[in-house]
Amino acid sequence: MKVWGLHLAVLAALALLGLVLPQYHATNLARIMVLAVFAMGYNLAFGYAGLLSLGHALFFAAGMYGAGLPAWHWGWGAAPALLAGAMAGGLAAVIVGLLALRTAGVSFMIVTLMFAKAFALTILYFNSWTGGDEGFVVPDTGRALFGATLAADGPRYALAWGLFTVALGLSLLLVRSRFGRVMVALRENEERARMLGINPYAAKLQVMGISGLYSGAAGAAYALLFGYVGGTFADIQYSILPMLYVLLGGAGTVLGAGLGAALMFYLTDVASSVTDAWLFVVGAALVVLVLFAPKGILGWVRARWWRDLP
Amino acid sequence: MTTTSLFAPSRRRVLQGMGAGLATAALPGHVFAQGAPLKVGFQLHRTGIGAAYGRWYERTATAAATAINAAGGIAGRPVELLFEDDATDPKRGAEVVEKLAGPAACDLIMGTLFSHVVMGSAPRAGELKVPYLVCSEGYHVASGALNRWTLQPAITDVRSQIQSMAPWVAANLGKKVTLIYPDYAFGHDHRDFFTAAMPGQGGEVIAQIGIPPTETSFTRYFPQIPAETEVLYHVMVGPAVLTFVKELGEFYGTGARPQLFGFLDSLEAVDTATPGLEFLEGSHFWEGHCRMKQADAGEAETAYRAAVGVDDMGASVSDPADISTYSHMFSCWETLYFIKQAVEASGYAGVADREKLVEAMEAISDLPAGPERPQGGMVFNGKTHQAFGTQNISQIQGGKLLRVHQTSLEDGMYANDTDYTAMSF
Repeated sequence: MKVWGLHLAVLAALALLGLVLPQYHATNLARIMVLAVFAMGYNLAFGYAGLLSLGHALFFAAGMYGAGLPAWHWGWGAAPALLAGAMAGGLAAVIVGLLALRTAGVSFMIVTLMFAKAFALTILYFNSWTGGDEGFVVPDTGRALFGATLAADGPRYALAWGLFTVALGLSLLLVRSRFGRVMVALRENEERARMLGINPYAAKLQVMGISGLYSGAAGAAYALLFGYVGGTFADIQYSILPMLYVLLGGAGTVLGAGLGAALMFYLTDVASSVTDAWLFVVGAALVVLVLFAPKGILGWVRARWWRDLP
Repeated sequence: MTTTSLFAPSRRRVLQGMGAGLATAALPGHVFAQGAPLKVGFQLHRTGIGAAYGRWYERTATAAATAINAAGGIAGRPVELLFEDDATDPKRGAEVVEKLAGPAACDLIMGTLFSHVVMGSAPRAGELKVPYLVCSEGYHVASGALNRWTLQPAITDVRSQIQSMAPWVAANLGKKVTLIYPDYAFGHDHRDFFTAAMPGQGGEVIAQIGIPPTETSFTRYFPQIPAETEVLYHVMVGPAVLTFVKELGEFYGTGARPQLFGFLDSLEAVDTATPGLEFLEGSHFWEGHCRMKQADAGEAETAYRAAVGVDDMGASVSDPADISTYSHMFSCWETLYFIKQAVEASGYAGVADREKLVEAMEAISDLPAGPERPQGGMVFNGKTHQAFGTQNISQIQGGKLLRVHQTSLEDGMYANDTDYTAMSF
């Protein structure tokens, strides 16, 4: 009950913030919530199941293009585009997983990285259809959702909050379910899990699919909320970013992904206002974190104060 | 004159500001701007792939603001530039637009070069209803892909550049052209526009060789160049340029080779006398604005060159190894003067007048050469939000870029593909 109370309080606070914050910070928060959904998906794979992927940019971009291309080429509205984007992310993750999960550890990282790189190059290669590195602006029709436009502040925030709420709720249910314990078992000792009758390959493939679904939904929402789809979102940095969010907030904690995304966003925003060397500041902060709080902020909280924090 | 990074100026900026202030105070007979500053946000490629451009864009815009303020500002108000790094990234670019339009309270935003950052940022500028003036060369503005709030008033687009130079290439270098280009959007623009332009000149593109963006060696592509090629049109960019040219030289050796024609984008911020580039001797390049001071340079060119701190060879006056991005950076200077013209014509007083300001911009047509436009006269098309101007073709002679041809303004004109004035705000 205490756990659900905490998470509901976070959602209520986010809803309230959307009403009271100045426009700039409300938009930032909408962006953070979408990125947090991406990080939650990554967290399920990495934080809970121990799958250290360097290919999640592929799933995010698959969602972005899965939503953006039908909106651009065929005039789809936001609802079917969002659904198509989420499905594209999930499907891409399952296809990659079918092959990549035959490996583990460093090999898994490299294989997922290569798939993501191949996808990024594919986007550039089919420039005339994808917009390539320059990308394209999502048309207004693609940003229309039930009579509202996602280009407006209110609907943008509402959709971001709605997506975040669904993602957080499902994440919480998942990690507290039997399958959640299977994920942790795979992370902690795959051989022992196998001896308990779990099929590691099938279970990890499911995790990849769910993680891809989250990433795809986030990519689709990002495209529709901010009106742009481009090849840079398939670059390696978008595989690294969710990892950093999760490491910062706390791997294997449901709220850690969102907390990490928020902290990283504002660390960048504030540091870039203070110094030209903002990338150095962000890097130094991450080094300090890894050295002194290797389990992330909520991992540290869980270790000291709240052992049952999911 | 004030130039700040948002919220907290760095020590270097404070010193720059003091220096500019002292220089301004030393000028006799100037009217000092008074009143609340006109805040111009500058989306700057300070880091990332565009950093070499960003460094010079910042210097050029700062010099323009200093000159404008020394002459009384804009509508009597001093110009304040607020630079914010976008990391040459479209995601960060959109966030920077929000920051400049929001907490930084800028009246308008300018300065973006890289096309993908423009594409990623323009939707947010449109939603925030802030004028967004880019210095990008991309055809994306005139194509109609963006919105009423996005304009490109001080640099021509790649379609216009190619269209205006294709006749000279066909008439002077050869009719059978092979294109070598990076296999992504920038290269595809060159491929498509040049290929379309050549038949009208009695020429043809006989081969198109796209180089994948991850390629580090080009040797295996050169055998694909047809033997009958008369002109090799190349637009490679980035660090690979040196390798590309060196390997091209090794491929042809001392034997006969086709004429070479390229865009100076390949060599912006790179010294043409760099060892390894000897093979480019005698080849031709497009230049938006001639890097090296030409014999016929007028007063406006001389004054501009001094104001932005560039010597006659195109390098920084304080560091001969620091080569400017001269072919593009004039657009920052001229954009700021375009803003001045529009603000003064519209009677703009604050953000509530932004629509009026955009309408005043759209009403501007003639942009004559002079101190405000050292690159040359331009015409602004209010319907397509795009400027049209002259282009330069230079030849490398003795390691120096010497202009051999200048196109007319009309050479680069094309029919409107859109009418932004018909769009709502």
